[in-house]
This record gives sequence, C-alpha cells and structure tokens, in this order.
Amino acid sequence: MATTTATTRPAVRARPQSRRGGFLRERGWLLLGVAFIAVYCLAPFYWMIVSSLKANPLLDRALFPKNPTLVNYQEVFSGENNFQYALRNSVIVAGLTTVVALLIGVFAAYALARLQFRSKKLVLGAVLATAMFPLIALLTPLFQLFSNLGLIDTYPPMIITDISFTLPLAIYVLTSFFSEMPWELEMAAKVDGATPGQAFRKVIVPIAAPGVFTSAIIVFIAAWNEFLIAYTMTQTLASQPVTVAIAKFTGVSRFEQPFGTIMAAGVLVTIPLVILVLLFQRRIVAGLTAGGVKG
Amino acid sequence: MPRRLGKLGLVGAVVALVLAACGGPNEGGGSSGGGAQGTGPITFVAGKDTSGKYPKVIEKWNAAHPNEKVSMIELPEAADAQRSGFVTNLQAKSDKYDVLGIDVVWTAEFAKSGWLVELDQSQFQLAQMLKPAVDTGMFEGKLWAVPYDTNGGLLFYRKDILDKAGKKPPTTFDELKALCPLAKQNNIDCYAGQFFKYEGLTVNFAEAVQAAGGEIMTDNGTKVALGAPAVQGLSVLADGFKQGEIPKQAITYKEQESQRAFVSGKLMFLRNWPYVYALAAKDEPANKVRGKFGVAPLPGISGPGSSSLGGLNFAVSAYSKKQKTAIEFVKFATNQENAKEMVLLTGNAPAWTDLYNDPELVKKYAHLPILLEGLQQAKPRPVTPYYQEVTSAIQEDAYAALQGQKSPDQAVTDLTTKLNEIAQGG
Amino acid sequence: MTVATETVHPARVRRGGPARTSEGRRAEARLAFRLLIPTGIVLAVIIAYPVVRAIWLSLYSDARFGTPEFVGIRNYLRAFTGTGSGVFWQAFWFTTLLTLVTMAFELVVGFGMALIMNKAFRGRGLVRASVLVPWAIPTAVSAKLWEWNFQPDGVVNQIFRLDVIWTGSHWPSFWAIVIADVWKTAPFIALLVLAGLQIIPNEVYEAARVDGATALQSFWRITLPLVKSAVIVAVLFRMLDVLRIFDLPFILTNGANQTETLSTIAYKEAIQNLHPSYGSTLSTITFAYIIVAAFLVNWIAKADVVKTAERGVK
Repeated sequence: MATTTATTRPAVRARPQSRRGGFLRERGWLLLGVAFIAVYCLAPFYWMIVSSLKANPLLDRALFPKNPTLVNYQEVFSGENNFQYALRNSVIVAGLTTVVALLIGVFAAYALARLQFRSKKLVLGAVLATAMFPLIALLTPLFQLFSNLGLIDTYPPMIITDISFTLPLAIYVLTSFFSEMPWELEMAAKVDGATPGQAFRKVIVPIAAPGVFTSAIIVFIAAWNEFLIAYTMTQTLASQPVTVAIAKFTGVSRFEQPFGTIMAAGVLVTIPLVILVLLFQRRIVAGLTAGGVKG
Repeated sequence: MPRRLGKLGLVGAVVALVLAACGGPNEGGGSSGGGAQGTGPITFVAGKDTSGKYPKVIEKWNAAHPNEKVSMIELPEAADAQRSGFVTNLQAKSDKYDVLGIDVVWTAEFAKSGWLVELDQSQFQLAQMLKPAVDTGMFEGKLWAVPYDTNGGLLFYRKDILDKAGKKPPTTFDELKALCPLAKQNNIDCYAGQFFKYEGLTVNFAEAVQAAGGEIMTDNGTKVALGAPAVQGLSVLADGFKQGEIPKQAITYKEQESQRAFVSGKLMFLRNWPYVYALAAKDEPANKVRGKFGVAPLPGISGPGSSSLGGLNFAVSAYSKKQKTAIEFVKFATNQENAKEMVLLTGNAPAWTDLYNDPELVKKYAHLPILLEGLQQAKPRPVTPYYQEVTSAIQEDAYAALQGQKSPDQAVTDLTTKLNEIAQGG
Repeated sequence: MTVATETVHPARVRRGGPARTSEGRRAEARLAFRLLIPTGIVLAVIIAYPVVRAIWLSLYSDARFGTPEFVGIRNYLRAFTGTGSGVFWQAFWFTTLLTLVTMAFELVVGFGMALIMNKAFRGRGLVRASVLVPWAIPTAVSAKLWEWNFQPDGVVNQIFRLDVIWTGSHWPSFWAIVIADVWKTAPFIALLVLAGLQIIPNEVYEAARVDGATALQSFWRITLPLVKSAVIVAVLFRMLDVLRIFDLPFILTNGANQTETLSTIAYKEAIQNLHPSYGSTLSTITFAYIIVAAFLVNWIAKADVVKTAERGVK
C-alpha cells in the first residue's frame, strides 16, 4: 500500500470534469443503492414486526395492522413461555463464547500472521478443515461426552461447542486482518519514543479494532443463532437459549404454530443485536480514523 | 519446529482416539439395577401445550405425594423434534427422563430398542378403553405404553352450503365428489386433507387405503399388505388433484394450513383432527365459518371410512431409577377421572369408552359421539420398529403420486418393494 | 501512512518484521506453538474426536437391534453405486447447484452493499445496522418466516401477484431456498468485504483519480485486488456453510421434490432412521467433498490464503 504513491506518475491528464453534475449523479446512484439495501434488508423484517402486532396474523393479511395489539408480546413473556430466562441464557452463552473465542483466536491469529514457523499451511488447513464437518454427525458423540460429565442442561456444553465451530472463522478473519495491518507503525512509534505499552495501545489496538470487532460480531451472531447444539444439550429454561425457546412455542394444539408469538420473539431477539452492532460499528470507524492512517 | 507441531498433532490425535474409544455405545449416564423398585421425585417429559392439562394433573399428584413430586420437562410441540429429544436421551441411557409422553407410532420402535419398561396389563383397566387406542401401546403381545388420549380424523363440512342445496353430508368419496359443483358455485375449493411430504401425508394415505378396505402392513410390521385397495385409495386422492376437486395448493397443506383454509371459508370439506372444532367455533372476526359447519365421520371408498389413529401414550423409561413411582404416576394420570378433566380442557378424544356418553362432556363437545363412531373403526398406522423408514417411504411414493409424477399403480408397486426391504431388517 | 514509512530506516523494517537469527527463529516458533495450544485443545476435543469417531463408525454396519459388524467401505459403495445412490446423487447435485447459485447471488449483492456502505454519507451507521438485520434474525425464526411467506397464500405471492406453489415442485422450491438463503447471508459477505474495504486508505483513490482513472478502473485495479483476501475468506466460509445447508430445505420442503441436500439425508439417516453408521458415511463424504471444494476455490482464485496471510499486501 505504501508503495503505490512512490511509483512515478504518468503525466497528469487534465480531465475537465463537470464537478457538480458528476457529484449529483453519484449521489443519485448512492441514494438508489441505499434505498435498495433498505428495502431488501428491512422488508421481511417489517413483515415480521407487522405480523407480531396482529392478533391473528395467519388469517389477517393486511400490509398494515388495522388494530395493532401487543398480545403476542405479552404471550412471549407469559408464564407459559417465560422468555426472559431464555434471553438471559442466550446473552450469557453468546457473550462468553465471543469473549473466549476471540481471546483464543487473537493468539492464534497473531502467531499465524506475524510469526514465522514451518507447517503454517498445515495449521491453517487443519483449522479450516475442522469447520467443514457437518454438525449433525457431531451431535450424538458430543451429547454422550457431556452426559458422562454430567453437564447436560448447563452452559458449558453450549459455550465450548460454539467456540469450537466459530473459532476457525474467527482465526481466519483475524489472520487475514493482522497480515494486512501496517505493523511498521508500531516500529515507527517506538522509534518516535513511545514505550512498548504506549505503542501497543495507541497504535496497534486502534488499527486492530476493525478486524477484532468484525470477528466479534460474527462469532456473537453465530453463537446467538445456534440451535442444534443448544437443543441437544439443554432440557429446561435453566439453560435453554432463545432459539430453543422459540422452537417450543406452541399454540392451542400440537398442530398449530403461534406465528404471532414466534414473530414477536424474533423481533425481540433481533433488536438488541442490531443495537449492539450500531454501538460497535462506531468503534470500527473510530479505530480507523484514530490510528496512524492519516500519518 | 516441525517436531513441535508434530507433537501437537500427535497429542491431539491421541486425545481424539482415547475419547473415541471411551465414548463407545455402552457408556451412559444411567444404570438399570435398582431402578425397578426405585421411588422418589420423577420427571415427566412430553410435548408442550398451552391447554394446562399437564399442570393440573401434576399438581394433584404432587399434593398427594410430597416425597415423589413430578416435575415436567417440556419438549417442542413438533413431533420430529420431540422424537429426537427422546431418542438422544434414551440412546445415552440417561436417567433424567422417567415418564415419557410418546406418540402412538413410536411404541414399537422404542419397545424393540429396549428403552421402555414392560407394564403389567392387570394394573390398568384396559378393557374399559377403546381397543384401537390400547393396541397402539402394545407390541409383540406386551403392554409398553398406556393411552393418555387418542385421536381420530373427522370430516368437517360447510353445513350452510349443503343445507341450502338440501344435501346431506357425504358418506363416500364418490358422494363427496358429486357435491363439488356446489363448492364451485360458491367460489371455494372442494376438499382438502394434509398432503405435504410429512407424517400427516402418511395419515391421509393410510386413511385412503383403509377406506378402500385395505391395510399397509400386518403382523407387527413383518408383512406388507398393500394391494388393490391401496391403489384404489391412492387413485381417489390423485384423481382429486388432477381433476381439481382437491385444489393444487393443498399439496403444501399441513394441519394448520388446511384448517386455515376451512376456517377462513375457502374450503367446503376438510379432513382434520378434532382440535379444529374449537377453532371453527371461535368467536373472532377472522373466523368465517362460525355456526356454519358440521362434523361427520370420514367418507369411505368401497366401505365405511376408517380413520388413522393418533394420540399420546405414557410410558416409563427403562433407564429411570424410580420406576415404581413412574408407573404409579402413569396409572394416576391415565385414570378415568383425569381423562375426563383432560377432555373438558381440550376437547381431545379420551381413551375411556364411557366418557363418550358422559353428558357433561357431550354438552361441551358435540363432536364426541361422531368421533367415537370413527374411532371404533380406526386403525393404527403400521406397527413396526422401523416406523421412521416406513413412513419416509410412504411419504415419498404417495407424494409423487399426488403430484402426478407416478401413477398410483406404480407408486404402490414401488412402495411395496421398499417396505419389503425395510421389513427384512431396515 | 506513507509519511510514517519514509521516516523509518528501511533496513530495520523488512517485510515480516525484524531480522531473524536462527535462535530468534526457534524462539518465534516456540511462541507460536504456545499461542496455538488453546486452539488445538478446543478443536481436538470438540471436533476432532467426533470426526474420528464418525469416520470409524462409517466402516461398520447399522444393526438397529443386533450388533454392528465391520464392513469396510461397503457403506460408501452403497451411497455411490448401491441402494442409496439414487438419493445420494440427487442430494449431491442439488447441493452443488444450490451452492453455486446462492454464492453467485450473495457475492454480487453482498459486494454491492459493501461498496455502498463504504461511501461516506450521513446515516451510514443506520444503513450498516439495517444490513445486519437479516443476519441477526435467528435462523429458526427466519426459516419459519420464509416458510410462511412462500405459502400459496403467502405474502410473496400477494405482493408480486403470483400464483406459484413455491414448495410444491422442484424449481420453485429451489428458488425459494435460494431467495431465503441469499437474503439472510448476503450481509455476512457485505460485512467482511466492508471491513476489507475500510482498510484501503482514501489517498489511494485520490491519487488514482488525480491520475485520471475512472470509477470502474479504480474498482478493477485498486479495490478488487486489495479486498481479495477478505472476499476469499467470506466466499470460503459461506461455501462451507451452504454445502452443509440444512434448516431451509428441511423446513421449507422436507426434501420433497428432489430438494434433499447432503445434510438433510445425513440427518434423516442418522437421527430419524437411527442408522449412525450410514449417517456417518454420508457426513464423511460431505466432509471430503467440502475439502475438495475448498481446495478448488483456493486454486481458482489463484489466491493462496496462507501466502496472503504471510506476506501482507503488495
């Protein structure tokens, strides 16, 4: 990246640009693109929200609820479903998974990106290979393992298993980030008189932030969304996360699925994630501008 | 360095192999030794539902047995998820599940796998229960599970349309199809059941075969009995699709979608379980058939209609350490008094024959006598330990026939071959 | 950045860090080993053990009510050419086609979203948050949402005035699965590509613009090569996921109309039919297939993910 500006430039060709016209056109395209993104991403979510506000979403197909009601949301937290426990469980499991997976992942990624050793390819290949096995086949042996350890219906089986299947991706993303980072800046800072601690905090951390936060989001959402492991390893609300709790929502009979309640739960589960990401993404941007990018 | 990494790899491999060796099939959490006489607090595991029937019976028991309290573990309501929940636990020989609320079609499989405790028939008043329901808990002449409730298909129909035309509800499919022009006049679809590729399709297929006087399998699942009746039954449904008496979207129908079509007034005849009764009688704006519908026994083809048997049975896990308490609870929860309470709450069909004439129940649920009629003719789906494979095969071929991809003849032939293979030993 | 490197003595900052003596190399290798131990343990216990067990199981027969016996590769032959081959090959081709089509769409949509999100404008944060919505919705909920949307009387038919029975035949089912999957996971690609885009400093584009490059040339010559590794990671992992796709076909069609995927058949054998050996066989075949596919992607993209990781960006 540093070298591009060092190459000799060809003779500057003055290109008469109608600056304002081009600017507006670009803005126009941008707006269109943004509109597309918004509709693409949010339309089904809008439908989810709307359905969750209808008393009988299956029979009432209006695009906007005529008599919006919160009865589905009440149902979600009612004594029948006790969703708040599931939410608590999900937060704990996904949170711990993210913290531990990132810790382990950062160590591994640093080794892979910055240190020299043979068999690096083998390690990366092996890490990648572990992400390739179909989860279904792992369920029964893992259940037996944790059952023998008496850990069924507790957090550890979910956390450990979630870590193991998000780790490969985290390591890959982090490794690819760490290898693109301008590590020279750390050197530069030290040469400029910073202590190793200062160099790390003021230079490395801000630049590593985008990669680390991106991985954190990926791992968190993967753990949050996980169903099969959670379903196999848990039995009661003591440890069941939201994915399993939602699967257990039931209607007046075993043949009826309470769509309104399921959609309500879906909305409840998505919004905190989005807020979380909104918080983090500011950090990502801050990391870029605060770091040595502008020199 | 390679040595280091090699060591790491070796350690990993050794760990993996050791664990693999230890995790053999005989490792498990439970033992069976003292289980048979064990007493104490137990767990009751069944699919969740919102009617409140389980909490009621558990409360009563707990009040009378403070040292042997029952706590409920709920499984998702979807049958598939429930089964995998049971299977995972039972395969690991875990002692965490004591009393199991299992679907009627799982008895043979669970019994043959050695997961259930054989029950003493003399302890349960089986003679006072509907024979088809009791049969779903038996396998190889032994009792493995006791009926908690049962279930049979019903024909829901638009009474208002039939009355206006001066017609009575059909008793055969031919009569039903003859009434379809009425549906067309009213701009609605004629008939639907459950035809998506899932367990409900097996139910509808079985009912079609039975309506033609046939059976699917006999002799504890060792003989395949499909033949001309099966072809006839399947043809009635396949032709229904081809000729439009069954709307083409019905190929995606499960219980919920078909019920929805009927309750929103878009269907004249519906084959479904009794739970639809309460929904069709509900007072809410989306319900277009309130007061306009009736219930009849299933139509036949060359004989009377015969419903497939549904329902829930209670069994005791072979790995439970408190089997004595568990069996007592099963006896309690399935007794007549509690069965009556269950019916009052849910409108589900009880296994106790007397309850169908109970005035209090009939007053609330007018469909009970009609249900009884149907249940006495009902037959269970194939009783075989390989039920999962059997139902998969049935779904494959029946679905293909309904879509017109195979002729009913071809479908039944293919299915017979597959079922024979499965009966040989999966 | 350019300023910084120019002030540093070039000899001290070589690619990959300070000069390494052989003693330094060994120390480095030791450190690397130690840093990798936690990873090794977690992956060995949770993944390696079940995988080894599964492969071991696949060499035995399934005897539900008897004792399994060693049969070598018979299960594999059954899948490839024997009684299971009809189902297996259908699942194989369907999974492959699904992967190719879904990945193509995801890449285009995801990349486009990333490019748009990268531009500086107000409300950018909100756009980014909304992009994450599809991905943040739990798969269980999203699968049910799409199951419902694709019903004959569902909202998709309603809005586009169609009369398609989506889950009633092969190609509509295929597109239903593609649409539902792309919707949910294009944000994943968008996020990874965006992170890669953000590392490219603006000066590079400025310099190119001053040199007279058009937007397209900028994109082709600057953007693409620089985000290549981020894109490869995204593509690779998405591909691993799609090849193992389970929820959507299971919930939308239950494998009807020849929409079985490798994972649905493995599940049905292992969990429904309780044939752990044959189920493990199918899983192992899927595993091998994915490894081959990963190699192919690596080779086709002429990317050596490891090399890129090692050498940094040129």
